[in-house]
Amino acid sequence: MTARIQVQREARRGDLIEVRIVIQHPMETGFRYDALGRRTPRNVIHRFECRYGGVEVFRASMGAGIAANPYLRFFVRAEKSGDIECRWVDQENASGTVSARVTVNG
Amino acid sequence: MGRLIARGMRRRSLAALLALFALPRRALAQPIMNPAPGIDARTINTPQGALQSILKGAEMRKGRVRLELPSIGENGHSVPMTVRVDSPMSEADHVRSIDLVSEKNPVPLMASFFLGPHTGRAEIESRVRLNGTQRVTAVAQLSDGSFWFDAADIVVDESACLDGG
Repeated sequence: MTARIQVQREARRGDLIEVRIVIQHPMETGFRYDALGRRTPRNVIHRFECRYGGVEVFRASMGAGIAANPYLRFFVRAEKSGDIECRWVDQENASGTVSARVTVNG
Repeated sequence: MGRLIARGMRRRSLAALLALFALPRRALAQPIMNPAPGIDARTINTPQGALQSILKGAEMRKGRVRLELPSIGENGHSVPMTVRVDSPMSEADHVRSIDLVSEKNPVPLMASFFLGPHTGRAEIESRVRLNGTQRVTAVAQLSDGSFWFDAADIVVDESACLDGG
């Protein structure tokens, strides 16, 4: 699973860091049928979490109501230099991770 | 054939226009929801059931939450959505979770977001799938346990779920 994360590289302590992430995933609803009339099983990224410096700061539990190639934008408060690390897993247990390093000054 | 399509499109845009006029009255119709405690498993797949499973008998009040959706979504497969909660996001006073409930999707609970003081700002943007013209509700639970909500009405021209996407 390919994913892209966009985070500013530097921040001042106490600032808000904007995290934007797009994950390539069909977010299969389970309501689609293939050419032979077989139902495509539901498979969505149901769990997404973001850790900053090893501490969980944001978590999402998603369903088929989130569009394909899920996009999320959220905030994290800058505390100390460290990795912003996102992990996710879909219903076929395929998981992915992407991270970005933030340097915090002051 | 061309004329038929043109007529169909005209009818659709007329319907969308009429729906727009119909919305404000509906928006006033149900300002506060107060479902009974206890969750019936058979109702979990209804918007009311989804709300009950979130609130667990608690009351939710309108305010503090702002749910932004376009008023008309041409394509229900991907609709931009932003939800914001007015909160200092401090250790003592922050948003714990935000749930998105759809009125018409086969699975009403679209997503739940869990936040905390480290999040800094209670604002989340994503893209949602919507199965037709409907009302979407965002419910936020604050650290004091109170629930606040906002609802947004959207006209969806092309539904998700009904075709290939």
